Amino acid sequence: MTAQVVSKQVALNEEGFLVNPAEWTPEIAEALAREEGITLTPRHWEIIRFVRAYYQEHGKSPTLRQITAELGVPTKELFQLFPKGPAKKVARIAGVPKPEGCV
Amino acid sequence: MKRVIILGGGTAGTMVANRLARELAPDVWRITLVDESKVHYYQPGFLFIPFGLYKARDVVRPRRDLLDPRVEVIFSPVEVIEPDRNRVRLQQGQRWLPYDFLIIATGVRLFPQETPGLMGEAWQRSIFDFYTLEGAQALGRTLARWEGGHLVINIVDMPIKCPVAPLEFAFLAEWFFTQRGIREKVKITLATPLSGAFTKPRASEVLGSLLAERGIEVVPDFYVEAVDPDRRVLRSFDEQEIPFDLLVTVPLHKGDAVIARSGIGDGLNYVPTDKHTLKAKHFDNIFVLGDATDLPTSKAGSVAHFQVEVFVPNFLRYIEGLELLPTFDGHANCYIETGYGKAALIDFNYEVEPLPGMYPLPGLGPFPLLRESRVNHWGKLLFRWVYWHVLLKGKELPLPAQMSLAGKWLNGAGGR
Ligand SMILES: Cc1cc2nc3c(=O)[nH]c(=O)nc-3n(C[C@H](O)[C@H](O)[C@H](O)COP(=O)(O)OP(=O)(O)OC[C@H]3O[C@@H](n4cnc5c(N)ncnc54)[C@H](O)[C@@H]3O)c2cc1C
Repeated sequence: MTAQVVSKQVALNEEGFLVNPAEWTPEIAEALAREEGITLTPRHWEIIRFVRAYYQEHGKSPTLRQITAELGVPTKELFQLFPKGPAKKVARIAGVPKPEGCV
Repeated sequence: MKRVIILGGGTAGTMVANRLARELAPDVWRITLVDESKVHYYQPGFLFIPFGLYKARDVVRPRRDLLDPRVEVIFSPVEVIEPDRNRVRLQQGQRWLPYDFLIIATGVRLFPQETPGLMGEAWQRSIFDFYTLEGAQALGRTLARWEGGHLVINIVDMPIKCPVAPLEFAFLAEWFFTQRGIREKVKITLATPLSGAFTKPRASEVLGSLLAERGIEVVPDFYVEAVDPDRRVLRSFDEQEIPFDLLVTVPLHKGDAVIARSGIGDGLNYVPTDKHTLKAKHFDNIFVLGDATDLPTSKAGSVAHFQVEVFVPNFLRYIEGLELLPTFDGHANCYIETGYGKAALIDFNYEVEPLPGMYPLPGLGPFPLLRESRVNHWGKLLFRWVYWHVLLKGKELPLPAQMSLAGKWLNGAGGR
């Protein structure tokens, strides 16, 4: 699977996550968010940046409980920003792997 | 004398204690296991209790009887671990035990109290769990005389022990109500935070269509925020509601509080653990086995077994001053009861998702992978005997600890 974005093609795995997190760019995030029907606001970006930083530090993506606890966002708000499975959705848009909590 | 302390004498702790008792020289090593409870539960058997297929006596044994006489056993809660001083404190007598090596195998705990509305008046009346013996027994008493309605099975959050158990519960419930002649009076729904029936795509597809065939509805991406026991509805964080007559919850799981008190866990009290060597990431003389780790593989007895198999030889190297080998591959292997005397089987690891094929002998099986069969059901039932008499004893099973791709159909061509 691939996603057509402004400047280039990126490889996605069968669940729609970026194969190589290093290929991520903000335009890719915009394109993936559009696919999900989400328009990115500064609040979205705050969470996306946190998720990328978390991935860079820990080598894995944060789970829902880790995002809410460490960033102090209410769970409810996270669901409004990234409806239906926010941890998975934000990970996909942030170009990091699916959170491992889900094994 | 050198001392190894094992915290927790469940599946992982018992297996590793018995193996080490045979391997370590008794004049040099003292092996001590601490557990707060005197009974050992065969937890996979809890699944069968609500349907009257197993009784309590099938799933409990005195813990001491399962441990090698060379293992010193102390029954007491562990209050705290002090890794920088190489000691643990027991509640009993406020005693400190020093160690040279520590093995943490304290498993997970259930936290139904963390979901508002679960533990009120309706608990064990219209809301049940089957992840504890008491919960499974109470549910069994209700199911035997239930007259029908909407049965909702809800997973509060991942990770959970044995992520296929809620699906198995749904399959067995469907079979059970058919046997009781009230199937048409029952609607069965599985509400899960996952985006499908299971965590891995291929297995999710196969299990999803089996559920659909049995008329079991799956509500994916459902994160429960609260339960309203009076109106009998589950409410999600994004304001979806699911009404129920009977709710079977799989409550929030977290590691034991001793991990939090000792400051060595993550937000869910799991101990950060090296994926391939099982050494605690931050300590050189602590290892973590079983459900207590933060590893991205299933929390399952089979995983604990494969971990112990690779851990013991590695530990024997380590105490001789050799480096640890990265031998654990995340191998998991689960039978999935699907009702009507049949079961499916999945086998996977960190890298390879469950695939169709035959297990353990390529082409011969006898157990078909990712497909229902009678022989898998017998495998699952036989497993209880294997658990008490082979696995816990730490005897060798003729199964490789690392996952093998032999016998698996990679492109799925022969699979469906
Ligand atoms: C309903 C159900 C079905 C399942 N089905 C399957 C299946 O089909 N296949 C499969 O492979 N797995 C299955 N499992 C999962 C399996 O039972 C567990 O993964 C396995 O038991 C984990 O072993 P463990 O040693 O890590 O933890 P446990 O066996 O839970 O043992 C932990 C031990 O630590 C002790 N302990 C914890 N904290 C402390 C403390 N502070 N002080 C003293 N003692 C402490 C506890 O008393 C306990 O004895 C199932 C589980 C359930 C609940």
